[in-house]
Amino acid sequence: MFSYPQNLAISLTEEQGMLLDVARGFVRDQAPIEVVRAQLETETGYESGIWQSMVEMGWTGLSLPDAVGGAGMGVGSAVPVFEALGGGLLGTPLLSTTVAGQLIWRAAGEQAAEWLGRLCEGQIGTVAFLDNSDWGVPNTGVALDASGALKGRKHFVADAGVADFFVVVANDNGSPVLALVERSALAADAVSVNVLIDLTKRAANVDFTGATPAHVVRGEAVTSALRDTLLLAALLTAAETTGAAGRCLSSIIEYLNTRKQFGKLIGSYQALKHPTVDIYVGMENARSFVYHGATIVADETLSTDAEVACRMAKVAADSVMVYAGDRAVQFHGGFGFTWECDSTLFIRRAQWAQQMFGDAIHHRKRLAALLLDAAAGA
Amino acid sequence: MADNKAALKTFREEVSAWMAENVPADPGFLLPLTFLEVGTEQQLDFLREWQYKLWSAGYLGMHWPTEYGGQGADPAYQYVVDKELSRHNAPIIFNTIGLNWVGPLLLDMGTDEEKAKYIKHILSGEEIWCQGFSEPDHGSDLGAVQTRAVKDGDAYVVNGSKIWTTLGNYADHMILLARTDPTAERKYDGLSFFLSPMKVAGIEAHPIRKVTGEYGFNQTFFTDARIPASCLMGEEGGGWRVAMKTLEYERGVTAGQASGHWGVTIQIDDMINDLRGLEQDGEALLSDPIVRDDLVGFMMEAKALSLSARRMAVPALNTDYPMGLALSVKYRGTEYERRMKQYTASKQGARSALYVGDEDAVRGGFWQRAYFSNFGATIGGGTTQVQANIIAEHVLGLPK
Repeated sequence: MFSYPQNLAISLTEEQGMLLDVARGFVRDQAPIEVVRAQLETETGYESGIWQSMVEMGWTGLSLPDAVGGAGMGVGSAVPVFEALGGGLLGTPLLSTTVAGQLIWRAAGEQAAEWLGRLCEGQIGTVAFLDNSDWGVPNTGVALDASGALKGRKHFVADAGVADFFVVVANDNGSPVLALVERSALAADAVSVNVLIDLTKRAANVDFTGATPAHVVRGEAVTSALRDTLLLAALLTAAETTGAAGRCLSSIIEYLNTRKQFGKLIGSYQALKHPTVDIYVGMENARSFVYHGATIVADETLSTDAEVACRMAKVAADSVMVYAGDRAVQFHGGFGFTWECDSTLFIRRAQWAQQMFGDAIHHRKRLAALLLDAAAGA
Repeated sequence: MADNKAALKTFREEVSAWMAENVPADPGFLLPLTFLEVGTEQQLDFLREWQYKLWSAGYLGMHWPTEYGGQGADPAYQYVVDKELSRHNAPIIFNTIGLNWVGPLLLDMGTDEEKAKYIKHILSGEEIWCQGFSEPDHGSDLGAVQTRAVKDGDAYVVNGSKIWTTLGNYADHMILLARTDPTAERKYDGLSFFLSPMKVAGIEAHPIRKVTGEYGFNQTFFTDARIPASCLMGEEGGGWRVAMKTLEYERGVTAGQASGHWGVTIQIDDMINDLRGLEQDGEALLSDPIVRDDLVGFMMEAKALSLSARRMAVPALNTDYPMGLALSVKYRGTEYERRMKQYTASKQGARSALYVGDEDAVRGGFWQRAYFSNFGATIGGGTTQVQANIIAEHVLGLPK
């Protein structure tokens, strides 16, 4: 008999609750929408003062163990921070740096203490993963050659313009490895900046050909570290997206409560009211999945329950954000169509977020296998 | 806490053993899927006997005060019982309007006399309750009800008609919302709330047949029916507040219900188990990528609902819209179930067209009947569309 394996743990530790309050307060005070907008067309995409404050609050090492200079609070502790950052549409290299930290820690542990320590201190790291544009393949096309240098390009490397070092997913004679490459090892013309749909984010294509890594992480742990890190990255992106969806919902509610047409507040029309309720319900669903994920992910290898949680969180967050961003533009009418309206930021965030670390189809296919096939004989 | 956990575990084992012994076998006639479809005397007698047995064993209204027939226990104990009822495929506990709406309402707002008079018999099933809120012309717009109650000495004289009166033809009592003052400036202030007897001259309940082919609803006619003035609950003209409180219990916004087992539990596991045996294009239905993707969608919805139920108990995770999850339970849950049942009923090849009574029907036509029956949940107690308005206005703060 099929029995749907339902782990329903959801809680908020005191630390997570505190981080949520602090991070929300930080975004509210330090990053109002004008500050975010001022960075839309800058090279780095963020204000260095804001990044410095985040580093000082210890956010870059939140999920890394004490032994390497982190806060040792576990990866679930990053979830409330990303939810708050998403609520402010605040683009910083924190996601890149957190994901790089998880990948290195999970693959190399304390052997890479020096690299992890640099992240905790505020250096920016980023994972160079995509060979092209498919999140669902191993992406180990970049190779280490006999001389110890890399050959090949990576696409869509987040925050490549500001990264101090790169974690390049590559192969050494067919085995997956992580090549840690200093920025200084890149050729002068290695980085070509992407024109991203979301102007709060930055990414670039990077040609690593000829770059010699300062360190190479090898061994079986690399494969499971990659798997788990991609899942955690999906969860953290889902948290960020859920925060953005919540903010987008507030902006819709505010407009529906102020704009009048035909002598009535437009929020009194059910044609606008009911879809807004569905955005709300979708946002709450996403939030439940995100915090369920935050409750059950661990520093160790992720369980099947945790894998299900991360994938569901990503699917739920993407789906509500795409809907919310789309309806936000529409419900703001002619104003919604203009650059000046924040709905344009939300719809762009939605389009960016839905592909990151695998889109809905990617995750739903894997959920079908996990839930329908694995349990078939149970 | 640890002690409590251990105690609950022991209790679960005790309940489970009791149910293995006492849950009645299939009686050989169709049992209702929910309390909304009790349509024959045979079903009624069977369900009444079962409820009495459960209550006598101490497993119904466990968290209600002992002086009124409860056990004075922590609500967690009733939750365990409800889970076990569902796990043992036990027949429904049918006196739902009494158990889940009237009982908690009386415990909350009733006088000691009212509590003493009614609650124990609700639990034992000896007295059946129905609800007189909706009228033929006023369903979702409850504030506009027209049934009149006019004070005449020690009685109120009632005239008018109520509809969708579940269990009305069997009920001993009705919670009745009637207009005592048609001239009140605000329509809500003209309404009063009665704990009315049903078996008096001038009250007649006429069964209504439903889309499932079954009965359970009634239209109730009041023709110069004299009900004792002492039936008035609260103040004359104060009925709206009591009715709104009742709806909180009905919609599950406020806890206190005697048992959650008011309908046959239909889980996503049932859906997948039943679909697993089916084929399409000569292959297992569950190997079809589109079907697989649809099922992932349903499994996510099911999980999201369960997670939000848990999340409600974590206030720190509900700071943005504190009442939001509670006020959207009905909106989300009933619509999910409707779509899930419709989906299962429609993925059976040509057998999708069969209904209860055909021996070739998949699981006896269970899903087809369950789908139709589910409209009771998406319409009753405030339609989905009204629920959306409530969420929009009371949770999101959008204008009326």
